[in-house]
Amino acid sequence: MRTKVLLDKKGLERTVNRIAHEIIERNQGVEALSLIGIRTRGVHLAYRIREKIKDIEGIELPFGVLDITMYRDDVFKLKSPEVKKTEIPFDVNNMTIILVDDVMQTGRTTRAAIDAIMDLGRPKRIQLAVLIDRGDRELPVHPDYAGSSYTANPEEEVVVRLREVDKKDEVVVVRSQ
Amino acid sequence: MSILIKNGRVIDPKSGLDGILDVFIEGSLIKKIDKTLSGEGKDVEVIDAAGHIVAPGLIDVHAHLREPGYEWKETIRTGTMAAVKGGFTSIACMANTNPVNDSKSVTDYIITKARSEGACRVFPCGAITKNLKGEELAEIGEMVEAGIRAISDDGKSVKNSGILRKALEYAKLFNIPVISHCEDEDLSKGYVHEGRASLLSGLDAVPGIAEEIIVRRDITLAAYVDSPIHLTHISTAGSVDAIRQAKKDYRKITCDTCPHYFSITDEATLGFDTNTKVNPPLRSRDDMEAIIEGLRNNTIDIIATDHAPHEGTSKDVEFDIAAFGISGLETALALSLALVHQGVLTLHELFRKLTINPAKLLGLPYGEIKAGKTADLIVFNPEIEWTVDKNSFFSKGKNTPFHGRELRGKNLITIVDGKIAYKDPSFKG
Amino acid sequence: MKWTKKDLLGITGLSKEEILFILDTAESFRDISRRDVKKVPTLRGKTVITLFYEPSTRTRTSFEIAAKRLSADTINIAASTSSYVKGETLKDTAKTLEAMKPDVTIIRHSMPGAPHMLAKIVESSVVNGGDGAHEHPTQALLDLFTMREKKGTLDGLKIAIIGDIIHSRVARSNIFALRHFDTEIICCGPPTMLPPHLEDLGVKPEHSLEKAIRNADVIMTLRIQKERGGVAYIPSIKEYSTMFGLRKEHLSKAKKDVIVMHPGPMNRGIEIMDDVADGTSSVILDQVENGVAVRMAVLYLLLGREA
Repeated sequence: MRTKVLLDKKGLERTVNRIAHEIIERNQGVEALSLIGIRTRGVHLAYRIREKIKDIEGIELPFGVLDITMYRDDVFKLKSPEVKKTEIPFDVNNMTIILVDDVMQTGRTTRAAIDAIMDLGRPKRIQLAVLIDRGDRELPVHPDYAGSSYTANPEEEVVVRLREVDKKDEVVVVRSQ
Repeated sequence: MSILIKNGRVIDPKSGLDGILDVFIEGSLIKKIDKTLSGEGKDVEVIDAAGHIVAPGLIDVHAHLREPGYEWKETIRTGTMAAVKGGFTSIACMANTNPVNDSKSVTDYIITKARSEGACRVFPCGAITKNLKGEELAEIGEMVEAGIRAISDDGKSVKNSGILRKALEYAKLFNIPVISHCEDEDLSKGYVHEGRASLLSGLDAVPGIAEEIIVRRDITLAAYVDSPIHLTHISTAGSVDAIRQAKKDYRKITCDTCPHYFSITDEATLGFDTNTKVNPPLRSRDDMEAIIEGLRNNTIDIIATDHAPHEGTSKDVEFDIAAFGISGLETALALSLALVHQGVLTLHELFRKLTINPAKLLGLPYGEIKAGKTADLIVFNPEIEWTVDKNSFFSKGKNTPFHGRELRGKNLITIVDGKIAYKDPSFKG
Repeated sequence: MKWTKKDLLGITGLSKEEILFILDTAESFRDISRRDVKKVPTLRGKTVITLFYEPSTRTRTSFEIAAKRLSADTINIAASTSSYVKGETLKDTAKTLEAMKPDVTIIRHSMPGAPHMLAKIVESSVVNGGDGAHEHPTQALLDLFTMREKKGTLDGLKIAIIGDIIHSRVARSNIFALRHFDTEIICCGPPTMLPPHLEDLGVKPEHSLEKAIRNADVIMTLRIQKERGGVAYIPSIKEYSTMFGLRKEHLSKAKKDVIVMHPGPMNRGIEIMDDVADGTSSVILDQVENGVAVRMAVLYLLLGREA
């Protein structure tokens, strides 16, 4: 196995900060804005973005956790059938929701996440923020905020490690030989 | 036509004969038993039984042949085919046919049919009461005339003690045994043994005392009128205990158990396999151990099959509504030989319970290997391992809880009345 | 954790981990019933058949709602036992249903082992919705879910089950499930209604209601199973009610925060009085709500099993 570092600890922090700035800029402030992280790592990224926005704007955005298992189109092909809780403690109606995920590839996760949120109400708009866009889309969805892009080969895997779950912060490309 | 069985280990539990001997059969009789006989005359079939055992043919005091009336379950033809495959040369068939064997005409029918189609000897058992209703005595004398060798209302007990008393007394006229199915029907509203397994399965259950109460009643009645009594398919520790105690004071008690009661327990019912549904039900481990001990200490005199064949649809239903019974003729010998393999009984002790004791109960001149006696005998090997396959049963009843089980000991040849009635395809020699 | 079982025929056969996995999965599914849009697409295109040989409103409805909230198609077959005795055997019914390619069949039957028989015949998943006096696994799972929800844990709980234990599949399944945890289980009823060998299952038999519920965390009352001949085991319903009916004054003997459960349908005024059934200790309606979540979890896991 060979690995290549896409983002180190510092780079990851800079990227999250940039996304936070872009969100504020694009929405001309933070009014009626909320963050929903897709389990597992999207949740931690969303939380970091929320902290950064709080630093900049002094406002704590409503924050939710989304488990998309029930909405997946490959639910019966999963290695583990574990379903975790979706916890969105605010009313999504008329909100601008920033959906946060770690890696975007096919777009299927995003599709499932959008469906899951739509079943909770009628948000004004949903935007998508991802740390890494690795291309190879299968559905017509695209991120509004992408930390960085990397066009990966089929034998490559983009791995996001976050200290909250993986004890360190980095994004690497792992190539199986 | 003559048969010479050479080089086999010949055992005769009655005389104690045991040795590598040749047996010469001429016509229907055993002519000679000696070392190294040669086949004199031209028309002699020689069977090389080297490495095998030659024993008297097995006698079953308790089987259901279902004919007349339930020919889709079994016929006299298929039932006796199953019998000879299993090593039986004589079987007694119970009266719960349709019509019930409670009259001379039904007895005549069974005997005539068995003579023309039967692969082995068939001795009908007549009903004690008309239509097995437990109300009035059947015409026992006429049936004896026609050929019954015992009477029984098997399937249920004679509930009315007064009627049973009269049957016990009346049977003395003919010197035939009363075979008693022991079950208190008010305590028997169930399908499995009442114990830990029934607690787990939630199936309605029958306590062991349902049998024991009637065992004690029947013994008490028989002793009072000084009649012989035979208690069939004994299944519980309490019954064995009651019989052992009673035999000390009163000698005219005999009893039998069946291979399933010393081979498996009520644990087998936990998967709801309807082939484990039998009456009396498969009992607890303690009961099974007591049955084995009862066989060892001769409280139990006879091993019977209670062969109860059923067609698939009687068993392919929910446990509650499935028919009771196990198709037993084709597994009885191997299951019984386990007692020898386990060191519970010697081969001679086991064969006494399968040959001479049942012969004595039914008053039959069979169950022996002796010059001058009728040639009803088997060649078997106690070591051959085989897997029970219900689909290869000759019996129409494929209802066995032993399907797929590895058993040790196999019947190879059955000779009835001097003729080969069954030869196992694997037998060479 | 992975799920490998095709069928849920009983609590027997489930490990402690599997029981907890179902309960944990149910936690996630419960929230769906509390939303405006009470539906997720998880089982879209799957077909669930309920085959009920015994009348039941709540269990069948609970399964049906569970299936529908997961977007499965449901078909209800009420097979009356009388016509079934005359006509089609369970085996034939099973084969007929199998030909219609359901993904899950939920069966309720008055005879123990009927679901096991069905499971041997069909390739689809089978869920035991109650078989005679044998098992009612989803009821026990929802009961454990409710106990855990209210008490935080199952370990250390003292549970008194009151009533017609011998005929109760609910009691059996609960006992089988609770045995996996550090619980004290007491079964209380007249001696005729307590089956022999209960002690072998680690259950304490008790004939006094007051003793049974002393210091109890959970009291579960059961109804007399009239359809299983339960009435013949007691002199009269009135006498039973006097001796074993749960009244408000009894609750003072139990722990302060005792919860009262009943699998339903209740016979008010017989095994449970109004002031208990409708009182603050009662979690009977929570059981009903949790039943849907647990059944959603069961359907989801059986269909999501490892091939």
